[in-house]
Amino acid sequence: MLQEGISKGAVAIPAEPMRRQKRIDRRFLIKFTNALIGWMVPLVIVMVWQAAGALGWLNPILLPTPLAIWNELVHLTSTGELIQHLGISSWRALLGFLLGGSLGLAAGIWVGFSYKAERLVDPSLQMLRTLPHLAIAPLFILWFGFGETSKILLIAKGSFFPLYVNTFLGIRSVDNRLFDVARVLQFSRWDLILRLIVPASLPNIFLGIRLSIGVAWLGLVVAELMGSSSGIGYIINDARSFSWTTVVFVGIIVFALVGKLSDSLVKWLEGRLLRWQDSYKGGDKS
Amino acid sequence: MYGMVSGMSADTLIIEQVNKIFQAPTGNVMALKGIDLRVRKGEFITLIGPSGCGKSTLLKIVAGLDTSYEGNVLLNDKPVSGPSIEKGFIFQEPRLFPWLTVEKNIAGNLSLKQAAVRKKVDEFIELVRLQGFEKAYPRELSGGMAQRVAIARALLRNPDVLLLDEPFGALDAFTRSHMQEVLLDIWQNNRTTMLFVTHDLDEAVFLGERVVIMNPRPGHIRSILPIDLPFPRKRTGSSFQELRTKVLREFEKVEEPEFDTGAGI
Repeated sequence: MLQEGISKGAVAIPAEPMRRQKRIDRRFLIKFTNALIGWMVPLVIVMVWQAAGALGWLNPILLPTPLAIWNELVHLTSTGELIQHLGISSWRALLGFLLGGSLGLAAGIWVGFSYKAERLVDPSLQMLRTLPHLAIAPLFILWFGFGETSKILLIAKGSFFPLYVNTFLGIRSVDNRLFDVARVLQFSRWDLILRLIVPASLPNIFLGIRLSIGVAWLGLVVAELMGSSSGIGYIINDARSFSWTTVVFVGIIVFALVGKLSDSLVKWLEGRLLRWQDSYKGGDKS
Repeated sequence: MYGMVSGMSADTLIIEQVNKIFQAPTGNVMALKGIDLRVRKGEFITLIGPSGCGKSTLLKIVAGLDTSYEGNVLLNDKPVSGPSIEKGFIFQEPRLFPWLTVEKNIAGNLSLKQAAVRKKVDEFIELVRLQGFEKAYPRELSGGMAQRVAIARALLRNPDVLLLDEPFGALDAFTRSHMQEVLLDIWQNNRTTMLFVTHDLDEAVFLGERVVIMNPRPGHIRSILPIDLPFPRKRTGSSFQELRTKVLREFEKVEEPEFDTGAGI
């Protein structure tokens, strides 16, 4: 609409492309600066840390320098060891997440739709939700042994709850007034689910997915530290017993990176699917 | 035409002896008492009354959104049993689906991939003057534009009657009068039967072929005034002002006896 107004006057036409170019430049600059701001804090910490290590202020067994950790990372990657263990860990996390997450989604939908189901199962599920991983892990090992089953079930147990709670919440917070609209437009039951309830509860479901993925990684570490002969958790545990602190750091960094990566992936998807949302983005966003 | 027995009649909408009682813990309240109204096909009726006179309740009953009442409501000689697309409903707020663009909101549960739907949606977007905003999301629209989307959504389903519950009540005076003209335009093009609830006197006289004046406690129809003015009407014309005063006088009659008889039930 703005462009229409500008291009009406013949004189304004040549000036317009230049103005648009300038606007794009500015937007790019803002984006770039925003990205830079996010990196500032960790960058400063790493620099101070490296300097302190190089000056010999730090015990290399307890706190090796960033450079030593980097070299270890390069070394472990080049031997293929890291990739192999990461693959195993990712596979476990994925399987556990898919199992627990889909069950959580299904349970959330069921309980969300039915008041009776809520009365029946929600209190028990809420009780189970608060049980910590570390308390449950010994039991799972007793039941299912040290194999993959106990690990995946532990991860699934963690992933179940965030998706369950948030899906349930999402369905229950659908605007009642939109249900009236759906009735007036004669939506079928299927339309009601697909065109009203699912899109309306999608923001909550996405939040559930992000939290579930986070919990899946958490459960993975617990499972692999408890007893395992492969995976990133095993690398960390193994390195600890030999005091290879650089390897421990590499393991931690890999967990952090993969966790952030999976979260960003879901966030990107969320941004694309929830473009319609009109919510507060922070007062100083330009 | 009036007095005809239900069966074959020229009246699209027949409301016969409708009573509505709200059950409250403090006792039952009679919201509507003995409502009788016949609306001809293609007629524009405005319903006006003070708040609490049950005009919105009546509209919800006609829409099928409220089914606990006594009496008969017939649309094309068939009793109303629930909400349906034959009875288009415009709420006070637009109530659009925030995750759908304008065109998808209008299409609703119909697929835009079907050529016939696509064509009709484009037609109605033009009718409510929203060309260029097909792909906009509701958050990008002004209140008046969003309400026009809601009107297009209801009209697309070719309703036998369009029920409007104070649709322009939340808009500023300027936008409101513009929307009234848009609605009259649509009505003159489509000849959709309109039942329009309002508490705005000017709006009632400007739009209605007949103005139904309702009285509260218990809600009932005080009088029905025909507005014999050709469209488009001029708000500043002397005959408009005369009729406005006439309705206002009825309106004042409504307010006065409310205190001596208004015991409710």
